[in-house]
Amino acid sequence: MTAETGIGARVRRKEDKRFLTGTGRYVDDLPLARATYAYFLRSPHAHAKIKKIDTTAAKAMPGVVEIFTGKDTADAKMGGLICGWVVKDKHGEPHKAPAHPVMALDTVRYVGDTVAMVIANSIDEAKDAAEAIKVDYEVKPANVDLARALDKGVAEVHPEAPGNLIYDWEIGVKADVDAAFAKAAHVTKLDLVNNRLIPNAMEPRAAAAEYDKGTGNYTLWSTSQNPHVLRLILSAFVLGIPEHKLRVVAPDVGGGFGSKIFCYNEETMVCWAASRVGRPIKWTAERSESFMTDAHGRDHVTHAELAIDKDGKFLALKVETIANMGAYLSTFSTAVPTYLYATLLAGQYTTPLIYANVKAAVTHTAPVDAYRGAGRPEATFVIETIVSKAATELKMDTADLRRKNFIPSTAFPYQTPVALQYDSGNYPPIIDEAIEIADYKGFEARRAEAKSRGKLRGIGFSSYIEACGLAPSQVVGSLGAGVGQWESAQIKFNPTGNVQVMTGAHSHGQGHETTFAQLVHDKLGVPMDQIEVVHGDTATTPFGMGTYGSRSLAVGGSAIMKATDKIIAKGKKVAAHLMEADVADVEFENGTFKVAGTDKSVPLGQVVFSAYVPHNYPHADTEPGMDENAFYDPANFVYPAGTQICEVEIDPDTGVVEVVAHTAVDDFGNIINPMIVEGQVHGGIVQGVGQALLEAAVYDKGTGQLISGSYMDYTMPRADNVPSFKLGYKVTPCPHNPLGVKGCGEAGAIAAPAAVMNAVHDALAPLGVKHVEMPATSLNVWQSIQGAHRAAAE
Amino acid sequence: MEIKGEYKIAAPRDKVFAALNDQAVLQACIPGCETLEKLSDTEMTAKVRLRIGPVSAAFSGKVTLSDIDPPNGYRISGEGQGGVAGFAKGGAVVKLTEDGGDTLLTYDVDAQVGGKIAQVGARLIAGTAKKLADQFFGKFAESVGAPPPTPVA
Repeated sequence: MTAETGIGARVRRKEDKRFLTGTGRYVDDLPLARATYAYFLRSPHAHAKIKKIDTTAAKAMPGVVEIFTGKDTADAKMGGLICGWVVKDKHGEPHKAPAHPVMALDTVRYVGDTVAMVIANSIDEAKDAAEAIKVDYEVKPANVDLARALDKGVAEVHPEAPGNLIYDWEIGVKADVDAAFAKAAHVTKLDLVNNRLIPNAMEPRAAAAEYDKGTGNYTLWSTSQNPHVLRLILSAFVLGIPEHKLRVVAPDVGGGFGSKIFCYNEETMVCWAASRVGRPIKWTAERSESFMTDAHGRDHVTHAELAIDKDGKFLALKVETIANMGAYLSTFSTAVPTYLYATLLAGQYTTPLIYANVKAAVTHTAPVDAYRGAGRPEATFVIETIVSKAATELKMDTADLRRKNFIPSTAFPYQTPVALQYDSGNYPPIIDEAIEIADYKGFEARRAEAKSRGKLRGIGFSSYIEACGLAPSQVVGSLGAGVGQWESAQIKFNPTGNVQVMTGAHSHGQGHETTFAQLVHDKLGVPMDQIEVVHGDTATTPFGMGTYGSRSLAVGGSAIMKATDKIIAKGKKVAAHLMEADVADVEFENGTFKVAGTDKSVPLGQVVFSAYVPHNYPHADTEPGMDENAFYDPANFVYPAGTQICEVEIDPDTGVVEVVAHTAVDDFGNIINPMIVEGQVHGGIVQGVGQALLEAAVYDKGTGQLISGSYMDYTMPRADNVPSFKLGYKVTPCPHNPLGVKGCGEAGAIAAPAAVMNAVHDALAPLGVKHVEMPATSLNVWQSIQGAHRAAAE
Repeated sequence: MEIKGEYKIAAPRDKVFAALNDQAVLQACIPGCETLEKLSDTEMTAKVRLRIGPVSAAFSGKVTLSDIDPPNGYRISGEGQGGVAGFAKGGAVVKLTEDGGDTLLTYDVDAQVGGKIAQVGARLIAGTAKKLADQFFGKFAESVGAPPPTPVA
């Protein structure tokens, strides 16, 4: 190990060379001999009965190999797509689980629902044939407006979900919370919409599949964040192909942000159809399809109330949320607004009583599921918006009100009233550091200076908590998860001393090939360039749960550490034999086995060679080879926390909001590679700024048409929308994993929306603007300003 | 979305109304119309090729005449499936009033699109519908009246 490359070093990402030189290998890059190309015909209606599908003319088109419709999947007795997390409602009943056919059978339920799959010799021929498919639709009223989705008389999405209700779930004791509110000196109330987002990974979803008639083996290449889980779902629930006959490969994947966790119908159909047509099939989503059919994120309508005593201490929090599930329940959709949302509502505070009621509704829109942060950004947005609003109403300093209510550092492990037990943390130094970096003291001078230029300047805080590192299997199992959430690792030395590190996690931008190599390098002393991190292939990696929920390092990295321990333990036996010493006297340091108190030593490479060429070897009690497996199931979630401070300037004449400064101070526990962590924080903040200021998935409320379905109408954040970020760290190591690490992948996106919007509200407060919904576009802000002017005039 | 317009046509009202019911005239005037086949006095099938924003599509569907009130006007409506591009439907209420020896034609258009056309071109629909309406009624006025008319609104 060296200080330049070990744990804590700013090692440049090994994988970037191929990404930056255009030599990454993505699903669409696969050269498959005799490949055919798939195109999916999609519903142009939000809700319609399919009276008839006529593929006769289309099948006769040039180059067409085969066309499948929902009827073919039903005839093949294909299973439906599953929701893998059973949430029990407030009466203990499991959530409603409407059928989710792989292709629409007799009803389409959102614009983009899959109606037919055309397979042809070229993609253009497939598209031309899709034009010739005649579908006779009987258009029905659509249910699109989430706030009204549960009202009487609204069009129902599924007969299995009367009134469009999937579950009515609660956590906490309402009567206790109500009693606390009755005694409160002050109650702050808040109504908000957490805007619906479209993930927009740089690489659209893609799938390719090949069937080997000789062996009966299928290979599916997919843009998946968790190839083993995808294989498990396809095998056990949907296609019935035995796991050992199905290989799932997720090669280089260009971003996921959650949207590539789920099992989708296109990859299912591509895999299934490959054996039917006897040729490989390739499919890559067009950007329009990504907008329409990738699982969307967020989309809550919430009412919250915070009860506060005369000294500014929080007494109780009450939250009512309607969460949009879209038209079908995606893989983890049910868990997001419950166990990943309501359990986070304590935030960093000692609020002793919390009650949350969440109603999940189906609508005629694309499925909604986990998107960067998944539930935790929604929770943080509720808490941090209402706390800032309370500070304004109480005329208290927004940082002081937070400090007054922080969980003290002496209280850890801290049991919240909403199920989670925070393992570690120390919040006051974080906000102090953020205040220092952001020069909070100098803010009023900056506000005055901005005013002299005609600009409204505002400042906003957001102190977030996150439960990530998903997750202790026993805990998630008791909450309804259909899988365990441990992670696996295999460390396989080759005879010549280089090493392959197999992980069940998957890297699609996070830099595992570097961070994980740093772990092994630091622990075993093998040079960085002698370490290859292998991931994303069920044929070459041990079963693992994949990458989401900021879990790869905390869980997957811990599995790697366990495997290195096994390597060292075995190496000691071999080294003791080679040095004719007692195993108990052998120590391992910097890649070398030594006999304590002597100058005898043998390098790891020589031990590895002896293990593979065991001519002189402790055969009696040691097997040849140097190849160890480990599985790690965490004892608890990890709890990163931090404070972000955002400053905006608003032009009151145009409503344009500019983020002029943004500070983030985080406690991620120990940090392996600060450069990668900074990249994750930067990306997260940018996505959070995107949600706050720019992004919104908009469906026409009457027709259910997706009208923000391209980059003309859906605004992604760009470099010129954000300033250079100022970052800081405070470290309280995680006490229950071997690395002492927490997670950093989602934090930026979790905290940023509230920080930005609190700054917007602060800037607009002098004009009398009370609340602006996200995204705070120039139009939205300008209208809010005009509304305040009108109200003032009346 | 609603789009209104008005044309002055240099022809008597009876002649204008007859032309509004003439399949050959309609086929010549509907922008991008490739075929128009008469099923009955009030129903036709049509193939129309249109470009809306970045999406170009061939629509096949029905053209229907309703609320027929000779010679005061009618409603002409169309509904077409554009395959993978989605669908478009819309119509126009056409009213004819005498203006000396000429005829004043007013129209009131509504249009709706779905699928990919709505996804990538929703905010272009109003402009496109206005343009298509102007093309249709402009050409209609030109072919029926003489000399060529100018839109007054």
